Amino acid sequence: MSDVTDTKLPAQSPPVDRAETAKADAAARLSWWRGDGGEGAKRNLGLLATLVVLVVIGILTRPDLYGDPNWVWGNTLTILKLASVVGVVTVGMTFVIIGGGIDLSVGAIVALAGVWSTTLATQSYGAGGMIFSALTVGLAVGVVNGLLISYGRLVPFIATLAMLVAARGLAAEISDKQTQVSTSSFINGIATTKVLGIPLLVYILVAVVAAGWVLLNRTTFGRRTVAVGGNPEAARLAGINVRRHTVLLYALSGLCCGIAAVMLTAQATSAQAAMANLYELDAIAAAIIGGTLLSGGRGTIIGSLLGVIIFSTITNLFAINNLSAEAQNMVKGGIIVAAVLVQQVQFRSLTQFLARNRATTT
Amino acid sequence: MTSDLSRRRLLFGGAAVSAGVLLAGCTSNEQSPTEAQTKAAANNANTEPGKKVTIGFSAPAADHGWIAAITNNAKAQAGAYGDVELKSVEAGADAAAQRAALSTLISQKPDVIVLLPHDGKELNAFGLEAMKAGIPVVNLDRAFPDPKAYRLQIKGDNYGMGVAAATYIAEQLKAKGVSNPVIGEIPGIESLELTQERSKGFADTLASYGLKVANRRPAEFTVDSGQQAATGLFQALPKIDAVWNHDDDQGIGVLAAVNQANRKEFFMVGGAGSKKAMEDIAADNTVLKATVTYSPSMASSAISLARLIGQGKGMSDLVELQVPKEIVLSSETITKQNSGDYLKLGF
Repeated sequence: MSDVTDTKLPAQSPPVDRAETAKADAAARLSWWRGDGGEGAKRNLGLLATLVVLVVIGILTRPDLYGDPNWVWGNTLTILKLASVVGVVTVGMTFVIIGGGIDLSVGAIVALAGVWSTTLATQSYGAGGMIFSALTVGLAVGVVNGLLISYGRLVPFIATLAMLVAARGLAAEISDKQTQVSTSSFINGIATTKVLGIPLLVYILVAVVAAGWVLLNRTTFGRRTVAVGGNPEAARLAGINVRRHTVLLYALSGLCCGIAAVMLTAQATSAQAAMANLYELDAIAAAIIGGTLLSGGRGTIIGSLLGVIIFSTITNLFAINNLSAEAQNMVKGGIIVAAVLVQQVQFRSLTQFLARNRATTT
Repeated sequence: MTSDLSRRRLLFGGAAVSAGVLLAGCTSNEQSPTEAQTKAAANNANTEPGKKVTIGFSAPAADHGWIAAITNNAKAQAGAYGDVELKSVEAGADAAAQRAALSTLISQKPDVIVLLPHDGKELNAFGLEAMKAGIPVVNLDRAFPDPKAYRLQIKGDNYGMGVAAATYIAEQLKAKGVSNPVIGEIPGIESLELTQERSKGFADTLASYGLKVANRRPAEFTVDSGQQAATGLFQALPKIDAVWNHDDDQGIGVLAAVNQANRKEFFMVGGAGSKKAMEDIAADNTVLKATVTYSPSMASSAISLARLIGQGKGMSDLVELQVPKEIVLSSETITKQNSGDYLKLGF
């Protein structure tokens, strides 16, 4: 975070020697990349190791199933499919958290967008109308969240908590508390279509993750997000319109929820006000075990994706072993705590290292 | 002779089903689905207009098709009587809110109260209080533990649902001659007593046939959780013979998962008896072959009985001069053959 302001400041001070500044700039950017890449890669390796451990547990407990390569391939796709909806929501959530906020309303937005797009009136416009309305509703609710937080100066926790309640209420009102069945074969087909043997849902997940990765790592928008989350005051002084950026972050999260709503409606072939229950917790938990700092300024899209996949692998592991959901939730809770503890230890050793460094230099 | 009979029954069943389907085709877009679930005043000693009765009604806010049907049925049934006035209060988010709502109801001096509590144990004290104050309480579905807290208890049979589902599955498997069948179960919210009772009835009855559940993946009574739970079940069991899904609403998601995983080797039994499930059973083009009822029509019956209690009458077919104290609906099994008869009770 301080790296970002460092790289910004020389760019803004009047150039003494253009070549020299450019070189310094490039070096700073490189170090920023290298630092981020190194740290993120290490954490992601840890997550991959966790995944491997989970798969090994699966092999040991159900060798009969894992002995069949067809089953293993199908199961892998199922895990990815299970991860796809929460994964898309988590990409938006990761941006919001890196930007120093939190979005508790994601599950409610998914439900509202899903219900809105499956009303009889919307369904009469066909699949295009349904997708359009889901995306628009998601985006609009996200913008309202962002405006309340940045211009209304509400704490993100409060604003999105209020939205959680309100959006579910509106969804219940619109649906008249009934389950709305989607009759669009195009929408329902999203969950059954396979391209080259891989479900369309997985492609959507990959596309959203790829777009999120590019947006975070290769654009000014992404670097501004890191800056705003790391130190909003410094970001403002560096010339970033922090308020507008905050609105955009929540809008992005809302849009992701809209996409997720279409995917979830397709999977369930219906929508209702109670659906996507507690997705906010799943998404936050996945982002956190993926290494996103809850106080903002740090996080990776790949880490969040691995977090989601770890959770859906655990669900799968418990399913194939016929273990109860309670035990599964306890294990999930344990993994979240472990991930945060590991983060803290890393962070503490980092600060200790810095302090020691400073002591030797002075 | 027997074959003749069965053919006739089949014919009749087919006619009933097609009539039902036709009917559904005409009414499926109607906003109030409840007319059929109320018994309008017919030629019956009990339905003759009598003393005016004010009935207070309270049920939790609907977040689910079944609860929505409960409230709609109660209102429609009250509307069918000329001598009943229904005062309905919505119960808010939890037991405390419902208690507060009920105290406003008491102040309106109803003759009888019909109450579907958030939690029977938590609202037991209210039942006692009202009964002491001389207002008869009709306890709907979620039971008060204390018999002094209600004048009449009318509820569905959760344990019996499990029994009915298991009996159907076991008999079907026996008829098909499947040895060592693989049976899956998709219950609703695990922490609810009703889910535990349903599962116990299911497991006990299967055990009496020497069968057991191979895998159990709980959902949350929502369509998306049903889809996910079913997907997990299919991963765990590469080959399944039968599945019981506790709730037809989450069953929409379960059927979607069946379709997505392209698993057709088993048959499924649903639960509760939604209109959609009955239509699917009648059409016989999915794995859903039967559903065991837990009908929200009990709300209509509760209003009728509350009226009789208010008027001091008994049920005209029974010898007793007063309404009995407990009524437990039996859980019936709906299959393709009788789905036409039940379609009107679907919610």
